Amino acid sequence: MLKDQDRIFKNLYNDMGADVKSAQTRGDWVNTSELIAKGRDWIINEVKDSQLRGRGGAGFPTGLKWSFAPKEVGSRPHYLVINADESEPGTCKDRDILRFEPHKLIEGCLIASYAVQAHACYIYIRGEYFIEGQKLQSAIDEAYEKNLIGKNAAGTGWDLDIYIHYGAGAYICGEETALLESIEGKKGQPRLKPPFPALIGLYGCPTIINNVETIAVVPTILRRGGKWFSSLGREKNTGTKIFCISGNVNNPCNVEEEMNIPLKELIEVHAGGVVGGWENLQAVIPGGSSMPLIPKEKCETLTMDFDSLMAEKSGLGTAGIVVINKDQDIIKCMARIARFYKHESCGQCTPCREGSGWMWRMLERMAKGEATKDEVDMLGDVTNQIAGHTICAFGEGSSWPVQGLLRHFKKEIEKRNNLDPIVQKKNNIPYLVDQHLLDKKNA
Amino acid sequence: MSLRRPTKNQPKTFEFSSSSMDEANKIVLKYPEGKQQSAVMALLYIAQKQNDNWIPLAAMKYIANFLDMPYIKVYEVATFYTMYNLSPVGKYFVQVCTTTPCMIRGANKLVEACKEKISDKENELSNDKSCSWMEVECLGACVNAPMMQINDDYYEDLDKEKTVEIFDKILKGEEPKPGSYRGRLNTEPENNRKTLMDVKNA
Repeated sequence: MLKDQDRIFKNLYNDMGADVKSAQTRGDWVNTSELIAKGRDWIINEVKDSQLRGRGGAGFPTGLKWSFAPKEVGSRPHYLVINADESEPGTCKDRDILRFEPHKLIEGCLIASYAVQAHACYIYIRGEYFIEGQKLQSAIDEAYEKNLIGKNAAGTGWDLDIYIHYGAGAYICGEETALLESIEGKKGQPRLKPPFPALIGLYGCPTIINNVETIAVVPTILRRGGKWFSSLGREKNTGTKIFCISGNVNNPCNVEEEMNIPLKELIEVHAGGVVGGWENLQAVIPGGSSMPLIPKEKCETLTMDFDSLMAEKSGLGTAGIVVINKDQDIIKCMARIARFYKHESCGQCTPCREGSGWMWRMLERMAKGEATKDEVDMLGDVTNQIAGHTICAFGEGSSWPVQGLLRHFKKEIEKRNNLDPIVQKKNNIPYLVDQHLLDKKNA
Repeated sequence: MSLRRPTKNQPKTFEFSSSSMDEANKIVLKYPEGKQQSAVMALLYIAQKQNDNWIPLAAMKYIANFLDMPYIKVYEVATFYTMYNLSPVGKYFVQVCTTTPCMIRGANKLVEACKEKISDKENELSNDKSCSWMEVECLGACVNAPMMQINDDYYEDLDKEKTVEIFDKILKGEEPKPGSYRGRLNTEPENNRKTLMDVKNA
């Protein structure tokens, strides 16, 4: 277990209060101007040394992302945007940072703004987190009052203004370009990439977009050194991470732990074990609903980091762990996730808009045992037609959980759904494929 | 993409009250010059708050004028985002999360309680017209599942009895206390805390 002195978020459960005074006793805002005086290159290098990877789901190296911002500010100003549109089912870590560690986030905003030469920072909070947003706003007001942000922020000579922008219940706005569209006052529909936001982002200006947790750990990394951060976890998967453990466990909780911690330790030690004992475990969704589930056999030895989960054809995502025990109907659980994606598709790309509804309806029928034998493969086909054929990663996000279900629980589905197909086919023609692709194998 | 339609009975006119106007003017200043369109989402919230928690078409037209943008762009935004109510809802607007993490911890019991106490159907006002409920997608409090949101506040760690208690209170016009209903501290593991022990109850 991670030692308490190595925990970054000491107020994760709000034992001490979130105001600026108690934040300062925890070490925030202590020597911010000294850190910034060491210069832009030092900051970016230190973050690169720490091997910090983005905590929002994709795991992109943060230092590298910052270095994409243009070195000189041209005619267009730079922007920093913080993604606090946390809506991935199973994830509720940013909420605690916004509520209880807002000064870590604000200080991180100042440092990151300086590193990417931005004078304005927008924090995009999902509309449902209205109370959390108000708490953050009062922390921002406090920081303005104490001159920690604003003109000559914290005595660093850098000017920074921080604004909160509320979303309004669209999951897709967690996608970075949809988020930018939303700040610009449009529908949250993702943009094509390239151009990447680092060059053409908010209002057509260079924009760096980071997750709340990523930015909130930066001040601590700079204070304790990139070396310290990279000594935790393992190569390329370093540092600490807030894990959210929900579902069928005895004590669902958020906990900050070292990367590469065994999944079993998280569930048994921190979350008080699976309801009905470890033997009653059916499957685990390791990183928010978009990530394919992992069956019990593999959970015994699984460690939680980006690369080891990738090796299991899943992913760390946002580290929202949903534990599903044997009392639950796994097909129904996945059908509910498919309904979520059907509801949240922005409707821009046809494969996603239509396909997410197909997956949901097919899974609902499969949960009831009303599907035919051949539909199981048809469902797999539908997922392949969505993933990779959309503007943003929502297509993958919606089809991966279904693919995970098919990979590990195909027998279960087939057992329940053994009706004969209405039309018996003689030759094996794949579904939903353009005719000209038919001569290609595995089209 | 959910299908959302504005209600048939629309008021003819809409205008910001003076307090809404002050708030709106402040929000426009958050954005760079010439980019006032960015304020549309916040202004829709203000209109919604002023107009008993729903947005009439007249308000969209008013906001379009206010921000000097085409009406259809405001309409697009208002119909795209699910938190803008396009038809009247109860003064107490109950949203029950039923996505998988809540579902496997018994969110259907909360829905049952809604049906018994408020109304049989979603988005239908209760008998005394004060309350309405709907199922929503993940509200981002998964470790406190099952949970629901009433207006701005989260009510967490619920079961059917506690939900009924909360509804009894709001139907009497009282304000129930938000937060965890099992008495635990935020998102800590209940009675099983192993971390940050030296600051516990500090």
